[in-house]
Amino acid sequence: MTARTTQSWPTDEGLIAAERAADAGPEWVAETRRQGLRIFRDEGVPHAKIEAWKYTGVNGLVGIGFDPQGTVPEVVIPPPPPLAGLEDAYHLVFVNGRFAPRLSDLDGLPQGAALEPLTAADPNPPEAVRAYLGRILELDGMPFAALNTAFWTEGCLVSLDDGCALSRPIHLVSIAAGGETPAMFAPRTLVVVGRGARATIVESHLGATAAPTFSNAVVEVVAADGAVVEHYKRVEGGESGFHTGASAVRLGADASYDGFALTLGGRLVRNEYRMTLASPGAECRINGAYAAFGDSHVDNTTLIDHVAAGATSREIFMGVIGDTARGVFQGKIRVRKHAQKTDGHQLHKAILLSSGAEVDAKPELEIYADDVKCTHGATAGKLDETMLFYLLSRGIPESDAQRMLIQAFLSGALDEIRHADVREALRGALNKTVDDATRNLRDDQ
Amino acid sequence: MALLEIQGLRARVEGNEILKGVDLRVEAGAVHAVMGPNGSGKSTLAHVIAGRPGYEVTDGSITFEGRDLLALAADERARAGVFLAFQYPVEIPGVTNTTFLRHALNAQRAERGEAALDPIEFVRMLRDKMRALDITENLLKRPVNVGFSGGEKKRNEILQMAVLEPRLAVLDETDSGLDIDALRVVADGVNALRSSARGMLLITHYQRVLTYVVPDHVHVFAGGVIVASGGKDLASELEEKGYADFVGAAAA
Repeated sequence: MTARTTQSWPTDEGLIAAERAADAGPEWVAETRRQGLRIFRDEGVPHAKIEAWKYTGVNGLVGIGFDPQGTVPEVVIPPPPPLAGLEDAYHLVFVNGRFAPRLSDLDGLPQGAALEPLTAADPNPPEAVRAYLGRILELDGMPFAALNTAFWTEGCLVSLDDGCALSRPIHLVSIAAGGETPAMFAPRTLVVVGRGARATIVESHLGATAAPTFSNAVVEVVAADGAVVEHYKRVEGGESGFHTGASAVRLGADASYDGFALTLGGRLVRNEYRMTLASPGAECRINGAYAAFGDSHVDNTTLIDHVAAGATSREIFMGVIGDTARGVFQGKIRVRKHAQKTDGHQLHKAILLSSGAEVDAKPELEIYADDVKCTHGATAGKLDETMLFYLLSRGIPESDAQRMLIQAFLSGALDEIRHADVREALRGALNKTVDDATRNLRDDQ
Repeated sequence: MALLEIQGLRARVEGNEILKGVDLRVEAGAVHAVMGPNGSGKSTLAHVIAGRPGYEVTDGSITFEGRDLLALAADERARAGVFLAFQYPVEIPGVTNTTFLRHALNAQRAERGEAALDPIEFVRMLRDKMRALDITENLLKRPVNVGFSGGEKKRNEILQMAVLEPRLAVLDETDSGLDIDALRVVADGVNALRSSARGMLLITHYQRVLTYVVPDHVHVFAGGVIVASGGKDLASELEEKGYADFVGAAAA
């Protein structure tokens, strides 16, 4: 069965052509490309019998006829409105995966910091790219990331030398703009943060049109010893926007990572994280919030791999699901044999706003060490009726009361974001989505 | 026209009939105390007036300023001028007290065709009312009722009433669980809101609060009906004799 699916998308001919193209391309990228192709050929398009894809079907995606090797429509779009509160960030903007210098602003980077577009055709990429690109994310079990690895053409590099601290956030904006043919592209991002360096990175994945788009992203993050990385992601995909994004993070000793995934729309969104805590004293925080309405499907899948002893991880995801939308949370914490004194906590909470809404949560602890502190939990329910009545009894209209309670609930996750400006910027984006959705609820009544 | 007119009101909660034919008339300017033992249905009456979902009215009517109150949803009743002070004020994590109060006031202002107050105007208006109720800035910045002491929660209810200036205030056992100092603050707050334009329904188990908030009328509630009505002396009589005689009357 798997083989047949693989043949249909992309085609065998396509894969062979891609292999030839890889051979002809620069040597530094050819090896990872071949690996990506091999894994995709082996694993194929995921289906419900694969445990990791049990709750997230991709037939809708495959049926649209995206072409991983196709030409992406070249679209000229007006500059997107900046995310309120993040106006002073460094901006690197991509439209359908192509760098848009006109929309970008890289002025004022300090010494020791590099922020630049990346192309797979570059015969002489920066040293960090040679050293790390394709070497942080293990592609096994990640067919879409394998596809990205096989076909990516453009992306970006964020690189900070030892001790370099960026005071302004970096905002990486990827805009999907569908044209007459479905647009598929594969952005590739590499973040390399040196010893004791600090960076704040915000990724925005936005849909600009109603036409179908598929953005299949991979981000690799390497944080050296004592580095501090804040990495926040926002997905607002639009009704026909598909997004699969794999982020792989490797943390050095005493490095700290504060991650957040905010999903506010999209036909199908899968945020997948693979965190490797390979050195003692690393701190990993990966949190998220989602508001899924309409027909949206939002999947957050994480693996936190405690390899070294004495690392900590915190994970809180919260979602609100309305209409016939669906939320999926799969969170695995793995504690390897030598990862004693691990401290890991995980929580998923969902609120279902309608009878047609659905959530599937699968928390998993896989513990091989014997001296660890790990907890996990998952809850799903309706908006609290007592709270709702309290607000109504003060004259607050029902749609406003729902909006307030939804925003308050999701704040429980959002408040985890350590960077205050980003936190408030993302809160603004979230509040707007919930405003619009609850206004629709009222119109429906 | 009476401010509130309840006639033959019967109501069920989870299939059990709790109110079994309540008649009550509250004029503007009057404070009515409704007293009764636990389980008599007096809190149910408060919730039915406020329009709580799950409280099913099977018979009778509630008319508020000539309008059919039962035809209105809970939020519409509040905007029409009905206020319920909760026996157990609800904690709402993630919503600050100020935001909550401002939204509530602005919803009522919108109903009356008045412009919304911005946060600065609102806080200015709030300051005096807070002082009178001994409520600190700190309580306003915190999430609604979260981590408040029992007394703080009740004072917060009265603050909401002071801000919203309802035409009818229903206070559901607002005195319960308060020590004497907190009771005085709450009672002072209630007294400050007595006005010729406002009616109050003070639901209580104990006579104690009525020495601070002296009612114009006292009703004894038992077995889902009002079994006796009188002036303020009825409360003292109850204090001496207890509810037993009246409960007996209801059962008979």
